[in-house]
Amino acid sequence: MSVDAATVRRIAHLARIAVSEEEVAPLQGELNAILAFVEQLDAVDVAGVEPMTSVTPMAMKKREDVVTDGGRAFDVVANAPETEDNYFLVPKVVE
Amino acid sequence: MTELNQLTLAEARDALRSRTTSARELTQAHLDAMAKARVLNAYLLETPERALAMADVSDSKIAAGDARPLEGLPLGIKDLFCTHGVTTTAGSKILEGFEPHYESAVSANLWRDGAVMLGKLNLDEFAMGSSNETSAYGDVVSPWRRAGSDARIVPGGSSGGSAAAVAAHLCLGATATDTGGSIRQPAAFTGTVGIKPTYGRISRWGTVAFASSLDQAGPIARTVRDCAILLGSMAGPDARDTTCVDLPVPNFEAAISRGVKDLTIGIPKEYRVDGMPPEIQKLWDQGAEWLKAAGASIREISLPHTRYALPAYYIVAPAEASSNLARYDGVRYGLRVPGKDIAGMYENTRAAGFGREVKRRIMIGTYVLSAGYYDAYYVRAQKIRTLIKRDFEAAYAEGVDAILTPATPSSAFGIGEKASADPVEMYLNDVFTVTVNMAGLPGIAVPAGLDAQGLPLGLQLIGRPFDEETLFATAQVIEDAAGRTALPKPWWA
Repeated sequence: MSVDAATVRRIAHLARIAVSEEEVAPLQGELNAILAFVEQLDAVDVAGVEPMTSVTPMAMKKREDVVTDGGRAFDVVANAPETEDNYFLVPKVVE
Repeated sequence: MTELNQLTLAEARDALRSRTTSARELTQAHLDAMAKARVLNAYLLETPERALAMADVSDSKIAAGDARPLEGLPLGIKDLFCTHGVTTTAGSKILEGFEPHYESAVSANLWRDGAVMLGKLNLDEFAMGSSNETSAYGDVVSPWRRAGSDARIVPGGSSGGSAAAVAAHLCLGATATDTGGSIRQPAAFTGTVGIKPTYGRISRWGTVAFASSLDQAGPIARTVRDCAILLGSMAGPDARDTTCVDLPVPNFEAAISRGVKDLTIGIPKEYRVDGMPPEIQKLWDQGAEWLKAAGASIREISLPHTRYALPAYYIVAPAEASSNLARYDGVRYGLRVPGKDIAGMYENTRAAGFGREVKRRIMIGTYVLSAGYYDAYYVRAQKIRTLIKRDFEAAYAEGVDAILTPATPSSAFGIGEKASADPVEMYLNDVFTVTVNMAGLPGIAVPAGLDAQGLPLGLQLIGRPFDEETLFATAQVIEDAAGRTALPKPWWA
């Protein structure tokens, strides 16, 4: 499979990365080189094989459903570009 | 007396315990060496004040007879580990100026054991790269040069700053991370030792995520013993990472003297790839001879799905990366670039903040996870991952204790030499290391000699899950037989 210019623009939008017109062609070439490289996987017979979900044979660790951390609003927002009263500020999204 | 930064970590520990030197003197010797070596660009941030304050605490602990396991030993920290109040960038512009309000589990364990932080080490952006040329803060230059040449050589990646700093004696050891080879490949390129432990041995909490099912931290140091000491402190259970196992940490340092008598070492025939330089084949044969001479038996084995590991990795790793890196949105951290609306702000921020390789991988990941392609790419790759793991399980079930391979398909290359338009050329560097991440196994790279150009070459040992001890024992036999690689003369100082 290979991607065309329109698909590159669509993926870029899905990934929320602005791509200029000049960037589309080089990106298309690079993505297609990677897709051509992974195409060899089509030769593998995977019938009846379970997809891996955990690389180590272990049960997911569980803990009591209790609050173990919190009350640190300032720490959470400390690195944000724009905040007010420990809230993240974003451009207006609702008219 | 030897200059203090020339000591191994174990020698420095003994010198501190016998009061032959102080933590302050040891730390200052490293800070002085770092100041002279800035042309290597190994450190993104030097933290001399913090280092000396930590060293003074260590000196008083030693004086009081309360020395902890790593008391007073100066280390470098890959800038992928969050450090409280100390800028952490992941080598990316998008995290410029990010000051975590928490400490990663790995670095916290090191400080708990008395280690001293010298600074934060350069890396490929978000650990995506094999040459340290994708860092937003400039290439790392290897302390190594080809014989008779002053061309700049890459230290490997993504832990290129860690490997270069260890090889140039700018720290006694360093933290690193390995998603597809990022500890073992730079260790091999710089004549240092690096171990990626079993997935789950070390907590990932507080380490900037790249591909969560593959990422694992580990140490780079100048000897097998030093790596064993550091891994002992970095590892251990952590309730905050649900994939970190609740297993006791063995005494890794004690394991290095076990030897290889009666061990069976597997030689996988599929690693004899087309176009492998004869020097690499020779080194591999030599490694097997050394282990045989020390009492191991050598057996050819087959890992039939080896060739599919790298392409499957280039589906799984970008898929996980595209999800993990969604958090860099201009809202919660660092960089924000305005746009016409909120989506425009996200798109402009991510376009300005991420470098080319990171964008490329996010886009591949987004594509293989998108509607209509998920089964064809992602699910198929995860099935192939199961097959890769089964290959190893079959070898171990037949009595193989560890597997010997070359660490890399070549020695280090020059900066800019692999800058072609085809990203796959760079990816092929990880062809021998990536299988280990796909199967979650431990792997160690140990220096084994120099090539005709005078650059280091390494061998890799792959172990059973949670059997790092056998890797240390086996790597020590190779280190003893090969002799420790003489590190380069400091042309930079």
